[in-house]
Amino acid sequence: MSTKHSIAAARFVDNNERLKWHDQTLWMVRQKRDRASKQIPEWESLRQMAHEIKMHTISHLDTYLEQFSQNAENNGVKVHWARTAEEHNEIVFQILKGQSAKKLIKSKSMLTEECEMNPYLEERGVDVVESDLGERILQLMHQPPSHIVMPAIHLKREEVGKLFEEKLGTEHNNSDPTYLTSVARLHLRNEFLTADVAMTGANFGVADSGDIVVCTNEGNADMGVSACKTHIVSIGIEKLVPDHKSLAIYTRLLARSTTGQPSTGYVSHYRKPVEGGNMHIILVDNGRSDMLANQEHIQILKCIRCGACMNTCPVYRRSGGYSYTYFIPGPIGINLGMSKSQEKYSDNVSACSLCYSCNNVCPVKIDLADQIYRWRQGLNAIGKADPVKKSMSFGMKVLFQHPSLFRSTLRFAPVVNKLPRFVKYNQLNAWGESRELPLFAKKSFAEIWKSESIKNNSN
Amino acid sequence: MDSKSEILQNIRKSLRLRYEMPDWKIDYIEYADRQSQFVEACRNVGGNTIVLEDGVDISDLVREQYPTAQKIVSDRKDISIATLQLDTISDLQGDSKIDLAIIQGEYGIAENGAVWISSNTIARIAYFISEYLVILLDKNKLFNNMHEAYDVIDFRDKEYGVFISGPSKTADIEQELVIGAHGAKGVSVVLI
Repeated sequence: MSTKHSIAAARFVDNNERLKWHDQTLWMVRQKRDRASKQIPEWESLRQMAHEIKMHTISHLDTYLEQFSQNAENNGVKVHWARTAEEHNEIVFQILKGQSAKKLIKSKSMLTEECEMNPYLEERGVDVVESDLGERILQLMHQPPSHIVMPAIHLKREEVGKLFEEKLGTEHNNSDPTYLTSVARLHLRNEFLTADVAMTGANFGVADSGDIVVCTNEGNADMGVSACKTHIVSIGIEKLVPDHKSLAIYTRLLARSTTGQPSTGYVSHYRKPVEGGNMHIILVDNGRSDMLANQEHIQILKCIRCGACMNTCPVYRRSGGYSYTYFIPGPIGINLGMSKSQEKYSDNVSACSLCYSCNNVCPVKIDLADQIYRWRQGLNAIGKADPVKKSMSFGMKVLFQHPSLFRSTLRFAPVVNKLPRFVKYNQLNAWGESRELPLFAKKSFAEIWKSESIKNNSN
Repeated sequence: MDSKSEILQNIRKSLRLRYEMPDWKIDYIEYADRQSQFVEACRNVGGNTIVLEDGVDISDLVREQYPTAQKIVSDRKDISIATLQLDTISDLQGDSKIDLAIIQGEYGIAENGAVWISSNTIARIAYFISEYLVILLDKNKLFNNMHEAYDVIDFRDKEYGVFISGPSKTADIEQELVIGAHGAKGVSVVLI
């Protein structure tokens, strides 16, 4: 039986050229990550520390949240708490209304994607402008991101060129990335300077100082925040770190894991509102406090959203971000989706070969593959197990529990070699769609073993 | 119950195990020659470094690098080529076309070529909006790594602080690196 992921992946795979490009480009990013990590002798110790500090932080989240919000308030920041996505969106809209704001300039935030904030605000008359180049491209195309760090990785330059020609009046058939970026720079500069309020996500919140830390390469978060008197920060409650000493570890791991850079171009620390302005931080739960209760899957709350698990994933690289039904794709997305709703997002758990590469690159050592395995074990209980696989498992169980039946079945296996193709390769054999069956041996291993020939050879 | 209490209560209800803060037991990377590592790291992130020779005026050196820059802003009083003092910037829209910003950096990091700068005014937009950025840095204020930096930096009295490493860049179109996305198209660190 096909899952939604495999059906969508089939469409992606249809374009062989693009598939190859996507696969190779992400693999190149993975290799950059490898080179960057190998320049730091203490890399593995950093990963271990990053894991342990996050386990400590999320398991003391109540105290750290209180400390963080207290310090932020002492810094003159207004702190808001949102239980749900709807509450978050409402808070943002109320702040904008309070400032009579018409235009919101945004830097990248997966949390606002999670809350589906942009359409909510647009329906209420707010002009929302994404300022990260990739996000802006997608916004103009009315598409969601297909990767959490490289949102437009699924697009080719010609598509961006065509889009900019239509929307920004660029030269006909000019799809040179340098040219297109320079036009976007001018276009967005005007947006920065005419925006009323700036919004950012947050890579980290520092509990003992109340700082919000945002990492970008383009400098778009800083440009927006510096150009507006009001700054709104949306941050998931799990994004806290205890102090600057801990933060040092994550800043060293993040960019190296994401793109293979030793640091992002800008690591910005927002502490207080600008003179005469105001700063708001919205702490968003939206299901996170419930996830803390599931000890088997608690580790997803350590995620620092670097995207390394996607770049290395053989399934993600060959199926693309849009094949997944949750808005975050790849190994982390499979797990976050399942934690959100097993019933709704179970189609993604098959998008994994259990190669464990994600576990090995994750900078905070999330047990991504183990979790996917565990989710699969629970599929039957929620009625989401694949009936074909279920009947196969049942058949195998019968076979393996009855040795004589197993042996006689094996004896007849070579008959398959002689069957005509249409009997072997048809709709009933999904495995054979793009693969050839191996030839069954005339004698089974057990038969050869018993016939003394192996014993004699070993002498 | 308000949202804050509800979230905190739900966290307390959910938590089963509490994990301890780990002991710090890492030997961090150190470099025999911090300055040459810093120079190398800056180059790798698309930036540029210049060592100020004895007797050379900073303004002369910068002018040589940016001969056509007209509107030049600085936070230092001794930069003769500056046409505007940073702390006089108050109207962002009116001051949005800056060719060059020459600003004082506080610390440099050898492992990644980043420079720490903190600020307390809205004039910090000049760091990002200027076409090119020159950061002046005391060559004795170089750390090996981020751990050493975070142990020392203190910006309690500031609104904002940032590590800048190289120029603004993007690879959002087909992963092809383009320098000059929104911020500075070039960053030069002058080691003094």
